Amino acid sequence: MSGTGLPRTRRALLAQLGLAGAAAVGARRLLAQQAGAPAAPADTARARLGGEGELGTLSDPTSAGAPSTRVTHKDNDPLIRELELRLKCPCPCGLDIYTCRTTDFTCSYSPEAHREIVAMWDDGKTAQQITDAFIARYGERALMAPKPAGFNLAGYLVPGIVLTLAAGTLVWVLSRRQQLAAASAPAGRTPAAPGPSAEPPPMQATPEELARLERALKDADA
Amino acid sequence: MTLLGTFCLWVAFLLGTWGTIASFSGAWRDRPDLALAIRRSVHAIFACLLVAALALWKGLAAHDFNIEYVWAYTSRNLPGYYVFSAFWAGQKGSLLFWAFVLSIFASLAQVLTARRHAALLPYVAGVTSATTAFFVAVMLFAASPFERLPFTPADGRGLNPQLQNVFMTIHPPMLYLGYISITIPFAFAVAALLTGKLDTGWLHAIRKWTLTSWMFLSVGITLGMWWAYVELGWGGFWAWDPVENASFLPWCTMTAFLHSVMIQEKRGMLRRWNVGLVVGTFLLSIFGTFITRSGVIASVHSFTQSNVGYFFLAFLVIAGTLAFTLLYTRWPRLTPEVELESMVSREAAFLFNNLVFVGIAFSVLWGTLFPILSEAVRGTKITVGPPFFNRVNVPLGLLLLALTGIGPLIAWRKASVANLQRQFTLPLATGLVLLAALLAGGMRDGWALVSFTLIGFVFGTLAQEYWRGTAARMRMHGEAVPVAFGRLIARNRRRYGGYLVHLGILIYFVGFTGQAFVVQQEATLKPGESVTVKSPYGHVYRFTHVGISQFEQLNRVVSAATLQVQRDGVPDGVITSEKRQHFTVDATTGEKTASFSPSTEVGIRSSVREDVYVVFAGSVGGTEEATYRININPLIGWVWIGGIVLVIGGFVTLWPGDGSTPAERRQQAGYRVELAGAGAGAA
Repeated sequence: MSGTGLPRTRRALLAQLGLAGAAAVGARRLLAQQAGAPAAPADTARARLGGEGELGTLSDPTSAGAPSTRVTHKDNDPLIRELELRLKCPCPCGLDIYTCRTTDFTCSYSPEAHREIVAMWDDGKTAQQITDAFIARYGERALMAPKPAGFNLAGYLVPGIVLTLAAGTLVWVLSRRQQLAAASAPAGRTPAAPGPSAEPPPMQATPEELARLERALKDADA
Repeated sequence: MTLLGTFCLWVAFLLGTWGTIASFSGAWRDRPDLALAIRRSVHAIFACLLVAALALWKGLAAHDFNIEYVWAYTSRNLPGYYVFSAFWAGQKGSLLFWAFVLSIFASLAQVLTARRHAALLPYVAGVTSATTAFFVAVMLFAASPFERLPFTPADGRGLNPQLQNVFMTIHPPMLYLGYISITIPFAFAVAALLTGKLDTGWLHAIRKWTLTSWMFLSVGITLGMWWAYVELGWGGFWAWDPVENASFLPWCTMTAFLHSVMIQEKRGMLRRWNVGLVVGTFLLSIFGTFITRSGVIASVHSFTQSNVGYFFLAFLVIAGTLAFTLLYTRWPRLTPEVELESMVSREAAFLFNNLVFVGIAFSVLWGTLFPILSEAVRGTKITVGPPFFNRVNVPLGLLLLALTGIGPLIAWRKASVANLQRQFTLPLATGLVLLAALLAGGMRDGWALVSFTLIGFVFGTLAQEYWRGTAARMRMHGEAVPVAFGRLIARNRRRYGGYLVHLGILIYFVGFTGQAFVVQQEATLKPGESVTVKSPYGHVYRFTHVGISQFEQLNRVVSAATLQVQRDGVPDGVITSEKRQHFTVDATTGEKTASFSPSTEVGIRSSVREDVYVVFAGSVGGTEEATYRININPLIGWVWIGGIVLVIGGFVTLWPGDGSTPAERRQQAGYRVELAGAGAGAA
């Protein structure tokens, strides 16, 4: 850097111009934001909070997503979370209530469902009773996975049954083929075993074949 | 440009139809000029679709909002690279992208295939032409990307904010490339069935294609997981969504094929199975496309519902019927050359590996379709979500992990007890030592313990394989460890590149297992207020809310909420999560209009041990009081590392040549010939 602080290269000049421009734009935005911000009541905007900061008002609250409510200790209750992970959000998102309400902040269904669950929990209802209440209202699709009962059992059991049957069939067919192969082997010739004895017998090559092989080996060496 | 684009689509369609008919009619057999013409028509289709693709890109770049597709997926203030990627952001554009890329692959298959497989190429051209013609037909008759609006809007609707992510410019094309390139192995399989050339020749012809296809699918799926993790804000990466499942299905069967093809090449077994796997993989890729585009199953990924689903269903049924009928007619000619000698052999291990892969594919397919089945049988709508898939697939996944370690340890043909003892001791010991260490460390989650034990076992297997190979080279050639290790991989890229892929899978599993220990907490904080979260490792994180700042950036208003982080009382920087409200600008008045709902940008602090994952959920009452969701995600970074290792392994395996010298190739070939009558042997 030169003593005068002037940029020595074109790249440095452009960089400094860029920085100056960004600073000017930023300052202008800040001023515009302060000027355009609605006047906040003195008791909320300037009130000292339990922490160290000051509770400012956003210049454009609609851009900050859907308004949020304060989190309570019930929102972090692991039992309620587990329950919500098993119940589907009534909106068409396909997610469970917990994931939807903590991910899709535009959904109005999942926060409502969460409040209902917390209310029922506070009323002393068990997880099963809450689940039943949701099933009664929305049908079986309220569950993120069907109950393993009745026809739904097929959903859980068929993959395992098919895989077991396939494995059993595979073992049976292969064993049978092994037996047949052993039985049909010429007398005095035993099935191949590991080790040198298992190597195939040497092939009898004709001179033409040998010549072809030699040519191939030469090509490979080239 | 739209006229030119539509014209090119018509020409491509007619050429594809002609190529299909000419190819399968067999008239080219006596006419080499016709065979050449069929092959050249593939290049002509490529040229047509290239012009059509350029026409659409031109429309996108020129902001020609009179084109319905350009209006629906872009806006004037959309950054340039997203304008480029908007090509595949919607249904119509992605159909053109699919057809265009397929035409590239079809041309490459004609150009790159060795001359010894020339007899297969007209049929390969027939299959690729038929598939390309189908995709072009869908565009021409149901979803044209060149459709014009009756008027020209001043600006477009813009691109969905969740698609305005750098990974979304790469993830869909990667996945498409995987899906699309599956067509080439399928085309060779059909050609082999039609010509009756059912030896291993066609397998050699498709080896690079299957690996390439599998690589693209793997990368596409991993990038999709990454995108879901950083963009959707739910803290996970895989939700067993039907469209995610649709990409996983062909990956499973393709992976099974990559294993079983080795058995056919080495032992002449599984010939029917391999053809079946290639056909099945192609059909599953079309099935995935059908699911994504038909709207038959609810999915967050689905394109707008339209009638293109019927086209895909018809194509799926016709292609499946023809391919399996052809396979049935050639069934007697696909008998194995040898039988399995022992159930305790590498062949048997590969067979069970295939069984589990196909079993996983079946269980995922079954779970994906079960809601439709249930509604058809009982008239009741049900949801089949992550709890179902995890319950069914976690045990299968762990079984597969175990087989990943078992397979390389067992000898080909028949393993002896001594062989098994020698091979299994170290890997088993590694797994058990890890289990003991984790138990001593206080881990009590049963599935996680099983998973980590198997991870230790498979790691032991891989380490043993690499070490034995390296040690052998050191003894034989007197090489230093790094040289011997490097040359070991370079000289047998298929085997040791494959082990690198296994290592990548192993690392994935470390990341997957870490999900058993995720910590989640919600908190509402005023500036200066703090919340503490304890990580599974016992670290205490203290998050202090700094405030929310709002500013304009590119085509959006950003609300950035910042947390100051302390770990165990030591300052650890800041994490910022954002809400982004995108807008479009009226060209004449300059008025800004919000487009789409506000989207979330997650704040992530990554390390090898754990990620701190912060989501700004919203402000309370329009003030700086903010609600956050904070996740501590242990080991999640291993998933992305696994992806990188897997890709490196894939590249090693794909690298041309086998890395061996001519003398080594001769030695590996194991020639053992005796001169007729002379009794001389050459080895």
